[in-house]
Amino acid sequence: MLTNEHIKQKLVEKFGDQVGNFSEPYALLTFEAPKELNLKVLNFLYDDPELKFKFLTTLCAVHYPEQKGRELAVVYHLHNLEDNVRLRFKIFTDINQPDVYTATGLFSAANWLERESYDFYGVNFVGHPNLKRILNVDEMDYFPMRKEYPLEDSTRIDKDDEMFGRGGTLGYGTEKTTHGTIAEEEKDDQGKPVL
Amino acid sequence: MSTIAEPHIRLPEGSIEKTTTTLNLGPTHPATHGVFQNIIELDGERIVSAEQTIGYIHRAFEKIAERRPLYQITPLTDRLNYCSSPINNMGWHTTCEKLLGIKIPKRVDYLRIIIMELARIGDHLICNSIVGVDSGAYTGFLYLMQYRELIYEIWEEVCGSRLTTNIGRIGGFERNFNDIAFQKLDKFLKEYPRVLKEFENLFVRNRIFMDRTIGVGPISAERALNYGFTGPNLRAAGVDFDVRVHNPYCSYEDFDFKVPVGTTGDCYDRFLVREEEMWQSLSLIEQAYQKVQEFKGAEADVYHADVPEYYLPPKEDVYTKMEALIWHFKIIMGEINMPAGEVYHSVEGGNGELGFYLISDGGRSPYRLHFRRPCFIYYQAFEEMVKGQMLSDAIILMSSLNLIAGEMDS
Amino acid sequence: MDHRPVSYNIHEKALEKDISMAEMPEGSMGEGFFATSLGKVIGLARKNSIWPLPFATSCCGIEFMATMGSHYDLARFGSERVGFSPRQCDLLMVMGTIAKKMGPVVKQVYLQMAEPRWVMAVGACASSGGIFDTYSVLQGIDQVVPVDVYVPGCPPRPEAIIDGIIRVQDLVGKESLRRRNSPQYTGLLESYGIQ
Repeated sequence: MLTNEHIKQKLVEKFGDQVGNFSEPYALLTFEAPKELNLKVLNFLYDDPELKFKFLTTLCAVHYPEQKGRELAVVYHLHNLEDNVRLRFKIFTDINQPDVYTATGLFSAANWLERESYDFYGVNFVGHPNLKRILNVDEMDYFPMRKEYPLEDSTRIDKDDEMFGRGGTLGYGTEKTTHGTIAEEEKDDQGKPVL
Repeated sequence: MSTIAEPHIRLPEGSIEKTTTTLNLGPTHPATHGVFQNIIELDGERIVSAEQTIGYIHRAFEKIAERRPLYQITPLTDRLNYCSSPINNMGWHTTCEKLLGIKIPKRVDYLRIIIMELARIGDHLICNSIVGVDSGAYTGFLYLMQYRELIYEIWEEVCGSRLTTNIGRIGGFERNFNDIAFQKLDKFLKEYPRVLKEFENLFVRNRIFMDRTIGVGPISAERALNYGFTGPNLRAAGVDFDVRVHNPYCSYEDFDFKVPVGTTGDCYDRFLVREEEMWQSLSLIEQAYQKVQEFKGAEADVYHADVPEYYLPPKEDVYTKMEALIWHFKIIMGEINMPAGEVYHSVEGGNGELGFYLISDGGRSPYRLHFRRPCFIYYQAFEEMVKGQMLSDAIILMSSLNLIAGEMDS
Repeated sequence: MDHRPVSYNIHEKALEKDISMAEMPEGSMGEGFFATSLGKVIGLARKNSIWPLPFATSCCGIEFMATMGSHYDLARFGSERVGFSPRQCDLLMVMGTIAKKMGPVVKQVYLQMAEPRWVMAVGACASSGGIFDTYSVLQGIDQVVPVDVYVPGCPPRPEAIIDGIIRVQDLVGKESLRRRNSPQYTGLLESYGIQ
């Protein structure tokens, strides 16, 4: 029986204390490793005869602007189809140098998923065969999903910010009111993003 | 070339040395059902390479979702795989229920299964009839669209809308299924098997259809798994991975159904796998319907879980009772304490594993929401599947993969 | 919860006649001749045989497929042959969201159509951007091409699409033969950058 404990044990045996931050939110083992080891960990999970995580479910990036030095996270979801076990693996990288080794050599599915993460967040996958924008227009010069960019097209002049929840005089729709009407200080300690 | 015409004909750079033709199977094309582009290099009639461009309908769902509270994201999920929107909706609701820790009563689960399997039938109907249209057989499409109207009528009774349904709420349904909905379901269950049988007779052992689709776009099981295929495309290649069986949600474990599997992964196998899945969905609907009818008395009126923090109270109570008014205010203004955490949940969509990765920071709207879209992931394999085949095979391959542009480009 | 009783379409209307004939335009008749204005006759002929070009991008395209099906037959309005070549079609039906990447493609298809041509924007996304007020969606196709009829809805019911076709028929039937060369029309095209 391949349990989360067993997987954690094997990972710690192989990589020592380089893998860390083990947690099990909603019964899914989640852990973190430094970004230089991402291919080594993925290869280990793929080749090990007991672990056999040979299916890449998805790959996405997340932007945490408050954590300096670790702003961009790349999250891999892996699946062992024979024993039906899932796994989440995260790596963090600095936004000023977002170079991550590509997983396309191992999983062909990662090709477009990495292009999508590059398109949205600017994560540079080293060794990717064709790293260019996939969903947005090719001429776009910024990375739209990062938190500092707004959702709407900033070059528009025909819609009224006040009426469409984009600030205006009372700030509806901006950080001032995205968390309800209770003031931030009076809420209990729940407003922290997940690491 | 004749010497008289030569000075007047200017060929592009390097075109005499080039032996292949570049053909743009562009974003607007009658056979690409959706907007995506293929730039194909042809050697005569054989395809040498194909390059795909997508993003012609990129609507930035993931960014919009960071702005909206959880219950307002359901209309966005509708527009992912719009041929089977109830499955997307139910997938999102089950993800939210997993995050919030809500337990759903059995009757609601069975009603959800009925709606989801109707959506799966609708999706496979479109896919199979479009494979027919692309190989020249328009009649099957017209026959089956008539029965999609019946499915639309059932959804309309429950939620009011035909196509982009926004059906259900976090915690259940917005209203109980009335008698008219069950009457329409009865009519569907009575009339539909005969029509599906007739459609099968038209296509399955049809010599021309078999010649068009057998051997077209095959993919082996190892390559399919490496490319991240799921759903009917993977099952046609021989791997029996179905999220309803592996990670059951919504009480699918109470039901008995088979998962059809093919062998070579070519278009004919995909067609047959989808046909058989439609029969299995029909049997699931019949079983679920029977179980729903076994609930009597007060249990027969249950259509949502008892979670006042996340499920809006009925309007009559809001106007008359105090607690209902307070809950209504808190839910709409976002005063409910959301748990902070991250959850990944997936459902078996019409095309495969539709996953939702939700990171919540305790606020009203998600911190990050990522959709695992099956179409986006398996379209990468198109070049490998189509190499060496002819142009008309590329057309049939595109429609048999069931590529929905809304799901590809989120 | 009680459901409200059905309140529409509860009295069956008797069928007046099996087939409806087009209205004859006004004119003077005589033995073997009928004199009327050329515009009326041409309008009558054109409006009952509009060949649409379904530019279906997303969900509204599926409602169009339902409109073309046998339940809500569009062929009885003269649109039996839907063509996909802009050179041969009269009515460009843009159905679905048009992203900024797709905008030049719509313009190109519009330019390839021959006069007289009409444009119908089906659905909220084509009319005004719909629910997608984002950086990547064109807020209405009337930013790139001149539109004649807008059909709102998300997606519009097939009856609404047919209503849109009937209004296009009204426009086609009443159009003056000189409109396409008039200064107002060329001015309209100039404002879109089309010569």
